[in-house]
Amino acid sequence: MATATASTSVRDTGIGALLRHRAVGKLLLLAVAAAILIPIVNAKWASGAWPDALTVDLTEPLGKTTDWIIDNRDSHPLFVYFLGNISNGIVLSIRGVYLVLLAAGWAGVSVGAALVAWRVAGVRLAVLAGASFGLCGLLGMWVPTMQTLALMIVAVLVSVVLGMLLGLAGGLSDRVFRILRPVLDTMQVLPAFSYLLPVALVFGIGVPAAVIATVVYAAPPMARLTALGLRGADGGVMEAVTSLGTTARQRLLSARLPLARKELLLGLNQTIMMALGMAVIASMIGGAGLGDRVYQALGSVDVGAALAAGIPIVLLAVVLDRVTGAAGERLGANTQDNSPLRGRRGWSVAAAVTVVAALAARFADRLEWPESWIVNIAEPVNTAKEWMVDHIYTDVPVVGGTADWAAHFTTWVLDPIRDGLQGLPWWSVLLIIAALAWLIGTWQTALTAVLAMAATGVLGVWKPSLDTLAQVLAAVAVTVVIGFAVGIAAARSTRLEALLRPVLDVFQTMPQFVYLIPVVALFGIGRAPAVAAAIVYALPAVIRITTQGLRQVNGAAMESSRSLGATNWQQLRQVQLPLARPALLLAVNQAVVLILAVVVIGGLVGGGALGYEAVFGLAQGDLATGLVAGTAIVCLGLMLDRVTQPTERRTKKGA
Amino acid sequence: MRVISAATAGCALLALSGCASDMTKQASPYANAEGAKTVTLSVQSWVGAQADVAVAEYLLKHELGYRVDKVQIDEVPAWDALSQGRVDAIMEDWGHPDQEQRYIKDKKTIVPGGDVGVTGHIGWYVPTYFAKKHPDVTNWKNLNKYAKDFRTSESGSKGQLMDGSPSYVTNDKALVKNLGLDYEVVFAGSEAAQITQIEQFAKQQKPFLTYWYKPQWLFKKVPMTEVKLPEYKEGCDADPAKIKCAYPHTPLQKYFNADFAKKGGDAAEFLKNFKWSEEDQNEVSLMIADKKMSPEDAAKAWVAGHESKWRGWLPK
Repeated sequence: MATATASTSVRDTGIGALLRHRAVGKLLLLAVAAAILIPIVNAKWASGAWPDALTVDLTEPLGKTTDWIIDNRDSHPLFVYFLGNISNGIVLSIRGVYLVLLAAGWAGVSVGAALVAWRVAGVRLAVLAGASFGLCGLLGMWVPTMQTLALMIVAVLVSVVLGMLLGLAGGLSDRVFRILRPVLDTMQVLPAFSYLLPVALVFGIGVPAAVIATVVYAAPPMARLTALGLRGADGGVMEAVTSLGTTARQRLLSARLPLARKELLLGLNQTIMMALGMAVIASMIGGAGLGDRVYQALGSVDVGAALAAGIPIVLLAVVLDRVTGAAGERLGANTQDNSPLRGRRGWSVAAAVTVVAALAARFADRLEWPESWIVNIAEPVNTAKEWMVDHIYTDVPVVGGTADWAAHFTTWVLDPIRDGLQGLPWWSVLLIIAALAWLIGTWQTALTAVLAMAATGVLGVWKPSLDTLAQVLAAVAVTVVIGFAVGIAAARSTRLEALLRPVLDVFQTMPQFVYLIPVVALFGIGRAPAVAAAIVYALPAVIRITTQGLRQVNGAAMESSRSLGATNWQQLRQVQLPLARPALLLAVNQAVVLILAVVVIGGLVGGGALGYEAVFGLAQGDLATGLVAGTAIVCLGLMLDRVTQPTERRTKKGA
Repeated sequence: MRVISAATAGCALLALSGCASDMTKQASPYANAEGAKTVTLSVQSWVGAQADVAVAEYLLKHELGYRVDKVQIDEVPAWDALSQGRVDAIMEDWGHPDQEQRYIKDKKTIVPGGDVGVTGHIGWYVPTYFAKKHPDVTNWKNLNKYAKDFRTSESGSKGQLMDGSPSYVTNDKALVKNLGLDYEVVFAGSEAAQITQIEQFAKQQKPFLTYWYKPQWLFKKVPMTEVKLPEYKEGCDADPAKIKCAYPHTPLQKYFNADFAKKGGDAAEFLKNFKWSEEDQNEVSLMIADKKMSPEDAAKAWVAGHESKWRGWLPK
């Protein structure tokens, strides 16, 4: 997991003081504006919740759009000549990749993966790659793993090409970059859940829709990092190259792109991670493969089966992440490569050995993964789950059971926050958002946040949006408290950090759907399990960013404070935490974005609110409910992102 | 730059060229992967439908030599996928009048495939252990008296009526309102979540009121008694906003893609003949859902014991 890096710029007290002055100024200005506007607004639409006069009912036009699409999908030129070809191209290319993978057999694929890993990243990762594929087979998931891999390969390729084209345009032209940046910013705060429905409606349920949804989700980091890499090219080198009389194209190919290799690889890494994250969610619209297995397991309350399909996803993610990450590091280090697989010869050796392995398996009639080699983990896992449910669900002496906690959390935390938010007059909610966003950012971010929140009212989903917001706020509070505590501990102990790393890896890459069954088993249905799943999902990112932020605090500042006799606690409170403030803010921001993404999936376990409406829309093919909920989720995401956005933030979703 | 422009031109050509590609006739990229004949079945999320599909799959595979692909899709999108030929058959449908009108009567892309042999019924249920203690809870008129027993942290001051997946047919919100009940409909969001919750309640012998349906394997584990709602009469559910009556008894139906029904050969004929009883279905469902057998093993076990029944389904 390439974690987001935080800037460690140190603000001196002068700027800090000025900032405080500016904060007061902003608040004063806002108060004046409010004093003028609120009486007018209140006189016109005096109501607590969002006024009906300011809503737009989209039921009819959206219903008509649905009908039009369904009736014209098999005849209209737009579908037949354009979208149909895209869809067809996707089906054909995935089929091609899939057939190659099947033809190579498990032996060919495992050996090939190990050799490629060896060639680009060294022996250790070769072993990891080979073993991981073996494990996928052992779990009885070989065929679904290959289906997912085929889908991933195509989706990642398309994302990379699309991302690079966008990134090239943005990297070479300032104007395109200015237009592109807010678009990419926005795309990255969209929860994937919100655009499944429109994609499925246009492309129909199935693999093409799943690929398109994945590409929309995974292309932005590639575009952003390509543009960043190109723009960051060393001025001196560029001048030197220009002075040699090169053409623009030669400059691009011989200097700019090679100089941006690190960013390009990081972009590839991020794109792969996001695509894998989407694999399971896309199964809701027919993505097949491992995701579908997890989804079906969810349908029959089978944690064991969900885990058996979830582990290969984690393994794929870890292998791909480590290999691309290691390849990126190698690019930077200019060490002598002594491995037997170096250079072009290395590639041909790898290819030849792979073919031999595949043929050997074929002649031994072992092309498919042997049934007798499958280890069934579903049963023991389910037994363990049953034990947990039987023993800690309720009435545990003194501490109470998990179900009791969930009930208390709902009544004492979630209900008051929700009722409080829904009880506030609508204009005061907007005012609070404006104040928060302006304090932390610029007037533009404040405006975006307010408009985004207002949009949920206009769409007629003000109340469910506030319900979702309440769940997000409660989850963020818990996540930040635990995340900061663990992050601080990890920053002070290398051993703890090393211990945590694999755990965080697993939790970060395990598909969110896998969490949903255990949390229902432990917390019952309702909003509490949705919040619990979101906390589990967002914690790793918060811990990582916190640890990294604290670690990067200027060593000199730490030294000098220690020499002044500061205790550990003083040092933490007065030096480390204030200096790491940008990183901590970033952690909060990431927590908010990640939590929203899971809280809405919580619609599947009784989370209600916007998530339920999105699920309902998806399940009933009801664009009017689903698309409105999806749009509201997007607006909520935008608003939350802007309210928590550190002024200078350049990172990506998913950490 | 030349590379890019060439690529763009290529894309544009592809899009504008005559190579029309009808999206509605595309199968899954994983279908027929090893030169086998493939049938794609849609699997619904409830276990009864999984049992239908499991047995059909087993026989198609072992008796007729087909490969079977299964796709899990919600009910309404499944109709759409069936119409497009992304799947060949839906093995158990609980009645979707809008979709029947659109795809069977208007577009003629889907044809009915006959009865499954099982009659479905949706209703409100309380656990039998609670109904025994309070016999009058089984009439809707007395439900308000018990609202406080059914309260949960999610339903607040009202009683909780638990609904399941948003994809299931339900009139519960309208019913609660029109019958003047002091209840809050809480959606579990998925059947899995609902079953988990029912099992938890049953373990603690707690009272609960839930939307549920028959035939369903869970009755064997958690006996439940139906709450009488005002009697169902033909047409009483015509206006969704004014509904004041119980759910109908629906003979469950199979539906096929029109092309598949015509050209599907042995597979289509076999699926048309497929018809079994409630007990048969429950037997398989219980093996899948409660004993956690794989659908394939469950189907195998059933097939081994009921040869006389399925012999008749095979094409002559």
